[in-house]
Amino acid sequence: MKKLLTLTVNGRLREDAVAENALLIDYLRDTLGLTGTKQGCDGGECGACTVLVDGVPRLACSTLAHSVEGRSIETVEGLSTAGNLSRLQRAFHEHLGSQCGFCTPGMIMAAEALLRRNPQPSRDEIRAALAGNLCRCTGYVKIVDSVEAASKCGEVTA
Amino acid sequence: MGALSEFRFFRPASAADAVRLRGEFPASRFIAGGTDLLPNMRRGLGGAEALIDLGAVAEMKELRRDGERLHIGAGVTLATLAADPIVVSRLPALAQAALAVAGPTHRSAATLGGNLCLETRCQYFNQSEHWRAANQFCMKLDGDTCRVAPKSSRCYAAFSGDVAPALLALGAEVELLGPQGARRLPLAELYVDDGMRWLALGADELLVAVTVPLVAGRASAYAKLRVRGAIDFPLAGVAVVLRRDGDTLAELRIACTGVSSRPELIAGLDELVGQTLDDAALATMERQVKRGIQPMETTLMSVPWRRRATPVLAKRLVRRLWDEAKGG
Repeated sequence: MKKLLTLTVNGRLREDAVAENALLIDYLRDTLGLTGTKQGCDGGECGACTVLVDGVPRLACSTLAHSVEGRSIETVEGLSTAGNLSRLQRAFHEHLGSQCGFCTPGMIMAAEALLRRNPQPSRDEIRAALAGNLCRCTGYVKIVDSVEAASKCGEVTA
Repeated sequence: MGALSEFRFFRPASAADAVRLRGEFPASRFIAGGTDLLPNMRRGLGGAEALIDLGAVAEMKELRRDGERLHIGAGVTLATLAADPIVVSRLPALAQAALAVAGPTHRSAATLGGNLCLETRCQYFNQSEHWRAANQFCMKLDGDTCRVAPKSSRCYAAFSGDVAPALLALGAEVELLGPQGARRLPLAELYVDDGMRWLALGADELLVAVTVPLVAGRASAYAKLRVRGAIDFPLAGVAVVLRRDGDTLAELRIACTGVSSRPELIAGLDELVGQTLDDAALATMERQVKRGIQPMETTLMSVPWRRRATPVLAKRLVRRLWDEAKGG
C-alpha cells in the first residue's frame, strides 16, 4: 500500500506517494529517475548505492524509503553546481579514480561525507572511510589518490 | 536480490507503542538499522506482514552513565558506540567489537539491539532461493534436515554477532519490554544454543537497552578472524576481560562468537584466578576455550582450523592484556 512520504532530496522538498515496502534505492531510481545511485550487489555488500542521509553515508539498497521520512537525502546528482563538477568529481576525473564507473557514485558520496567531517584526511583515514565500497576494477590506489587530491584543493568547486 | 514482499510499515514513537503493534500484528517484525534484516528478507529468508521501525523511538537511543553502570539503548548505532568516550576508555572490548562489525556505512545505520539479536548464519541458509531449492533447503527454513549435521535434530547455524561476546565477557544485562511489562536478565540468558531459536525473547518482547558494569581495573579486548578484512562476519570472534593484581590474575572472562549457535561465555576459567599467567595457565585457558566452542561447517573455512585458531586468538589477547596491565 502506498503512503505519503515527505523528505528532502538534493535540497528540494518532496512529497510522493510511495509503497510501504519500497527501498530507498528504488524510490530514488524509479520514482525520481535519479539513476546516478547505482544498484550493485543489491545486498549491502558493495557500497555502490551509498547516498547521504543527513550527511551520513547510508546504503540505499538496505534502507526503507519510509524509514528516512523527514530526512535530507543527497545523491551524486546533487554534488555539481551550475554544471560544474564538485571537487571530488573533478579529482576522480583528473586522477583516473573512475574506471568502469559503476562504483564511482558510491565512492564519491562516501568520500564527500569524509571530507565534510575531516577536510584533511590521511590515506589510512580515506581507506577506512571507503572500506565499505568495492571497486571490481580494483582501482583503489587511484581512488585514494583522487580523494587525497580533492582534499588538497580546498573548497574550490569550479 | 529479490523484491521485498508486501508489508505494512509502522514507525512508533515509543517502545510501548512498538510492543503494542507487535501484539496487534502477530507476523510482524521489529526493524532497526535493517542492514541484516532487509537483505535476508529480499533473499526470501523470512517475511513479515508488518515491519515496526524502531528508528523514531528516542528512549532507545539513550547512552548514559548511571553511577557505576553504563546504560546503552538498543537503538544506539554501532558507530556511536565505537566512538563514545566512556565506551572507548572503560569498555574497550565493546568499542572494538562495534568497530569490527561490517563497514562504516553499515555501522552508522546498524544498532546495538540489531547486532545482539542478529539472525544466525550458515552457508546453507544465507543463499538465494534457487541455491537453497537445489539443495532441498535446510531445517532452518523450508527443509527438514540440517545440512551441517544431517543426523541432528537441531539446527547448527552459527551466531555471528560481534558485540555479544564483548558484552557477555563484560557481564552485561539486558532490559526487555513486553506486554506484561519490563524485565531484566543477564545477557547470557538471552541466548539459546539452537540455530533456529537462538533468542529467549518472548513473542511480543522487545530488547530495549543493555546495561554494563564499569569495573575499575578491568582491561578488555575483542578480536575476530575473517576472510575479508574490510567487511565480514566472524569466522571466530573472541572477547577477553582481564584484571591483574600484581603477578596474579584477579579476573578472567572470555566469550566467543561465530563458533556456536549462541555467543559462548567460556566456563572453567575461575580456577585460574589467584594464579600467575604462566604457560600452564595459558594451556588451561586454551583447553577451556576449545571445550566451550563447537564450530560446524557453517562457513567455507574449515572446522578444524576454526577449532584450533579460536583458542590461539584468545591466548594472544590474554597475553597482550596481561602484559599491558603490568604497566598500569
